[in-house]
Amino acid sequence: MTSSQLNELSTSTVANVAEVPLWKQDGAEPFLKIENVTKMFGEFTAVDNISLDIYKNELFCLLGGSGSGKSTLLRILAGFESASSGRIIIDGVDMAGIQPWKRPVNMMFQSYALFPHLSVADNVAFGLRREGVARGEVKQRVAQMLDMVQLGALGKRKPNQLSGGQRQRVALARSLIKRPKLLLLDEPLGALDKKLREETQFELINIQEELGVTFVVVTHDQEEAMTLATRIGVMNNGVIVQTAEPHVVYEYPNSRFVAEFVGSVNLFEGKVVEDLPDSVRIRSKEAGVELFVNHGISCAPNQTVHMAIRPEKIKISRNKPEQTENCIQGIIEDIAYMGSLSVFKVRLANGKDVRVTQPNFVRDMGARFTWHEQVYLSWDMDSSVVLTS
Amino acid sequence: MGHGQQCGFDLMSIPSGSAWIDKSASGMARYNLFRGVNWGRLGVIAVPGLWLGIFFFIPFLVVFKISLSESAIAVPPYSAMLEWDLEEAYATFKLNFGNYIYLFEDTFYLDAYISSVKIASVSTLITLIVGFPIAYLIARSKPSMRVVLLSLVILPFWTSFLLRVYAWMGFLKKNGIVNEFLLSTGIIDQPLIMLQTDFAVYIGIVYTYLPFMILPLYTALEKMDLTLLEAAEDLGSRPYQSFFLVTLPLAVPGIIAGCLLVFIPAVGEFVIPSLLGGSDTLMIGRVLWDEFFLNRDWPMASAVAIVMLVVLVLPVMLIRNAQGKEEVHS
Repeated sequence: MTSSQLNELSTSTVANVAEVPLWKQDGAEPFLKIENVTKMFGEFTAVDNISLDIYKNELFCLLGGSGSGKSTLLRILAGFESASSGRIIIDGVDMAGIQPWKRPVNMMFQSYALFPHLSVADNVAFGLRREGVARGEVKQRVAQMLDMVQLGALGKRKPNQLSGGQRQRVALARSLIKRPKLLLLDEPLGALDKKLREETQFELINIQEELGVTFVVVTHDQEEAMTLATRIGVMNNGVIVQTAEPHVVYEYPNSRFVAEFVGSVNLFEGKVVEDLPDSVRIRSKEAGVELFVNHGISCAPNQTVHMAIRPEKIKISRNKPEQTENCIQGIIEDIAYMGSLSVFKVRLANGKDVRVTQPNFVRDMGARFTWHEQVYLSWDMDSSVVLTS
Repeated sequence: MGHGQQCGFDLMSIPSGSAWIDKSASGMARYNLFRGVNWGRLGVIAVPGLWLGIFFFIPFLVVFKISLSESAIAVPPYSAMLEWDLEEAYATFKLNFGNYIYLFEDTFYLDAYISSVKIASVSTLITLIVGFPIAYLIARSKPSMRVVLLSLVILPFWTSFLLRVYAWMGFLKKNGIVNEFLLSTGIIDQPLIMLQTDFAVYIGIVYTYLPFMILPLYTALEKMDLTLLEAAEDLGSRPYQSFFLVTLPLAVPGIIAGCLLVFIPAVGEFVIPSLLGGSDTLMIGRVLWDEFFLNRDWPMASAVAIVMLVVLVLPVMLIRNAQGKEEVHS
């Protein structure tokens, strides 16, 4: 799928031209420009020739597993590590040789790194005091910031007297108090439990919209990235594999890595037998049938490709559906009831397992599919993606 | 002093609520007074408690008792506190506060206390200034290197303390190594008088007690989270500011512990001032020795020891205790 097609896809939902995000406007000046940045630790390449443009007011998520280089890139932006080669330009200024304490950047650390010997208010005030802001103003701005993160009453406490969620908000307040142009967040919600996470995610978005700060968030949690981000950069082995809006990353992954890393997916290996401009026919031993996808790819004939289909896009039925394309038969091997939906593991005749999720429409357990039931799996030809890499 | 902890019930371990009633209803257990006692815990506390009781508290009481008697030509060389006259059926109980009064009347003792505190304080300060960079270096070096450096700090303990002080005599004496070296290089043309001065006492104390300063400082610095320094830099603090605003405050527990470990033994130090110090180096440890062995005035010596404990060590311990409680609260 070409980039122009992608653009069309995502802009089609936006009616007003003025609302077209900056990264889709031609000639828009990026706020943060990462140019061919490489970071070596001895022989090991942590960040491998990354180039990335991030625009004003974006909430950009760097998503990747451990060791993917996402944290290293963030530390380069903050100035704690220097790039082996390449340039970092923030708001038009080259950051080469600029020390961390002089950058227009603040960071929220994964461990929060709150000063244990200082009170909450003193922690938040730390940055302003280093700037030499007048006492009265420090007091007023700290109070204002603590109110914003709903910690107004806890200013006198020490960090070890706070709960995890409260500490996280102190760390956020401390990193925002200097009104940085760019805020870096390293796994900001990693230490929180699920419920608190969800609350804070929305809080973060509100704060970001309120203050107009550009956020770069590092996370290994794809759900977090999905909820927070304007765009996601999926990282693997020091390289950004795909940069796109959350829904594009999910619905149109550009590689098997992205498809498997973001959400769960069923992959069918096969050979291209017919490659038309707007459709592809794939012969797949794994699926046991010919697969039909309604978008074009550019590939050599007979090339081995993978067709990816998300579990929730597969329909499951007892009776043979009317469609002839993309329909396979199997036996339910396992069921996981998850409340809102059920996950089925369906085994095909050739032994391949397919994961299918379905919302639990009815309450009656009797009406549902059960173990070892013979079922048909089918999907629309525009539900799947062909991956060449 | 753990002697008080041997007796008494452990209230926390008495089972509460229904379990207690259910079990006791079935038998006589209800009337067993020792039911709530956690014997295992008591046993564990009893061992150090007995140790402290026998080897610290009882000797302390003995010394205190001697300090309240009079010097006498006898074996042991002090008067008895309780005397029985069986014929007259008459008992005398004598308490002599004369030693304590004399202690405050003769400025010699006061001078000795003040001089001890001064020498110990200055040595502690020097030890801190010398020890901090060393501890910092060790704490910030690679883990494999830390082991080596720490063992270098501890290595001197493998030879006797006395031998090491004698070695310093060899260094500092008139024709010692230091003077020989300085003379041969032509920096001085007259040997420096270093031995038997306060200078030598400072060197001896700082040298001897340096490891006691370094180890607690190292512990405090080593456990510090280094991302705190990054956080400080990120918020606009230069490295030297980060040191004073973050590293130093977080090292305070180590600084206090190190200073106490150096100050307390240094105040009562006897060997170093008598071997390295001059005749005018006045320290309470030496006064104590002289009272015991030269004057054979055990009661006076005991009084000196008791006052040293009460005036110098006790306040320090109380401050430390209060700090400990504060930490528990927060």
